[in-house]
Amino acid sequence: MESLKIMIAKRLFFGGLTLFAISVLIFLGVEALPGDLTQAILGQSATPETVAAFRHQLGLDLPAHIRYLEWIDHLIHGELGTSLANGRPIGELLEPRLYNTLFLAVATAIVSIPFAIGLGIFAALYRDSRFDRLLSITTLSAISFPEFFVAYILIALLSVHLGLLPSISEIRPDMSFWKRVHATILPVLTLFPIVVGHMMRMTRAAIINLLASPYIEMARMKGIKRTRIIVRHALPNALSPIINVVILNLAYLVVGVVLVEVVFVYPGLGQLLVDSVSKRDLPVVQASCLIFAATYVLLNLLADVLAILANPKLRQPK
Amino acid sequence: MYQVLKLLRSAPTSAKIGMVAILINVVCAVFAPVLAPYSETQVVGDGWESVMWSTDAVKHDPPVILGTDHIGRDLFSRLTYGARNTIALALVTTALAFSVGAASGFLAAIMKGWVDMLLSRIVDILMAFPTLIFALVVLSVMGTSTTVLIFVIATLDSVRVYRISRAVAMDIEVMDYVEAAKLRGEGLWWIIKDEILPNALLPLVSEFGLRFCFVFLFISALSFLGLGLQPPTADWGSMVRENAAAISFGILTPLIPAAAIGFLTVGVNLVVDWFLRKASGIKDVK
Repeated sequence: MESLKIMIAKRLFFGGLTLFAISVLIFLGVEALPGDLTQAILGQSATPETVAAFRHQLGLDLPAHIRYLEWIDHLIHGELGTSLANGRPIGELLEPRLYNTLFLAVATAIVSIPFAIGLGIFAALYRDSRFDRLLSITTLSAISFPEFFVAYILIALLSVHLGLLPSISEIRPDMSFWKRVHATILPVLTLFPIVVGHMMRMTRAAIINLLASPYIEMARMKGIKRTRIIVRHALPNALSPIINVVILNLAYLVVGVVLVEVVFVYPGLGQLLVDSVSKRDLPVVQASCLIFAATYVLLNLLADVLAILANPKLRQPK
Repeated sequence: MYQVLKLLRSAPTSAKIGMVAILINVVCAVFAPVLAPYSETQVVGDGWESVMWSTDAVKHDPPVILGTDHIGRDLFSRLTYGARNTIALALVTTALAFSVGAASGFLAAIMKGWVDMLLSRIVDILMAFPTLIFALVVLSVMGTSTTVLIFVIATLDSVRVYRISRAVAMDIEVMDYVEAAKLRGEGLWWIIKDEILPNALLPLVSEFGLRFCFVFLFISALSFLGLGLQPPTADWGSMVRENAAAISFGILTPLIPAAAIGFLTVGVNLVVDWFLRKASGIKDVK
């Protein structure tokens, strides 16, 4: 039990280290900007005095490591600075959008996880059957299509041709829950085949791996019924790979929704990020990237820790 | 040659479909100037004219097969040139990622010790970064040029190639023949080139296919976001973006380049899938 705690502590430590490295990378990335931020804002004609004053105002005249520490300090206290494009505080800008993005990710997860895992188990049980081959080719196609292809087909079909759903997800904070759901249906439908494709293939692979192990063969030779083998023998051990699959896909969802958000003009964090990149609104880019990266790292960390907890074999350090 | 043909004939239908898809794309890319009736940027008519076989099509000579785009350029010509631009860019990027990734992966597997340690830690950090986010940060800082694009995507990809080539090379490195070569006093480069590489080729070739798909989709995604190849260069991702507004009038123009992207990536994936199945099949027999 002691070694378990140490292992988890180790993972957490490395996760923290990764987060630190990422924040340094984001900070240095902006540091490496050709020319100065001030020049970009004030324009070519600015006098050296105004540039100096502005630099001082932004704190750009301090050495880099102090600015990094200040930036982190502000972040921890929830002060993300102000947007260069419209001067609004970034925290205010991010909060509703983060909520919208999480709403989309969670909605997609709720719809696709049970479906994907069910299909994956089914395909593993009847592997190499015609059904399995068909499923394999369908999911392979689904994951190799670009998201916007699926999105525009759905728009053409469901919103332009049939007029069932809005082609643009307009979401306001004062909307009721069901209106929000209505506006989110198309983005969810777009993400659905991609997420299900990935998840189903990973689940299938995990279960097939498991069914090949000697103890399953032993159970089969003892004459135990197929369903009992699956439920009592295979499933407990399949739990850890399945948890892993689910969380990795959640991580994909939070980050991978960028394209879908842009297609549907869904007011999420990803759309804000893309907008800010083209406007070169760097404080917003920094803040939203950090949120994305942190979510991604934390979810991966969670997957690691749960995998250790669910799989006794991993508890022994190699 | 005969053996290759025999191997290709033994492929399942899905892989054959994939090969045909790849072939069509390659032909389009190589012979773009011959196949395209118009040039990449030539305006031939009004915006969003319909496809040749529809009733309200406008007559042109040579014919405008798939209609025109948002400012009246021939869509078919732009598609063929787009094949050339996007596929070339993706190939260059993947090749760069592979040379860097595979070389450092092999190096880490053979040298072990601090080289392996250092490279692997750098890779761990880069892997922890979500790819699209990383690309967006770099592109927002460095600006969008083709050089930056190639460099960023190749960096992201070489990290994944490093992982797999290191793992593959680790398995090969413990073999007796590598040990023999080392005792014989062969140099590092010789061991990589003549002992490791030939044995690592099969898994790496499948990986190349997968990586190419990833790079291709990634470039298309960035172009779609307006951060990839810049206009007026024809590129499938940006063609979808430029024509996206048409969809709300029920015009299907943006679906055509999007379908082209899907067609190629599905094709490559089908072939890779067959390859992987084949590779794992060999392992089972052993």
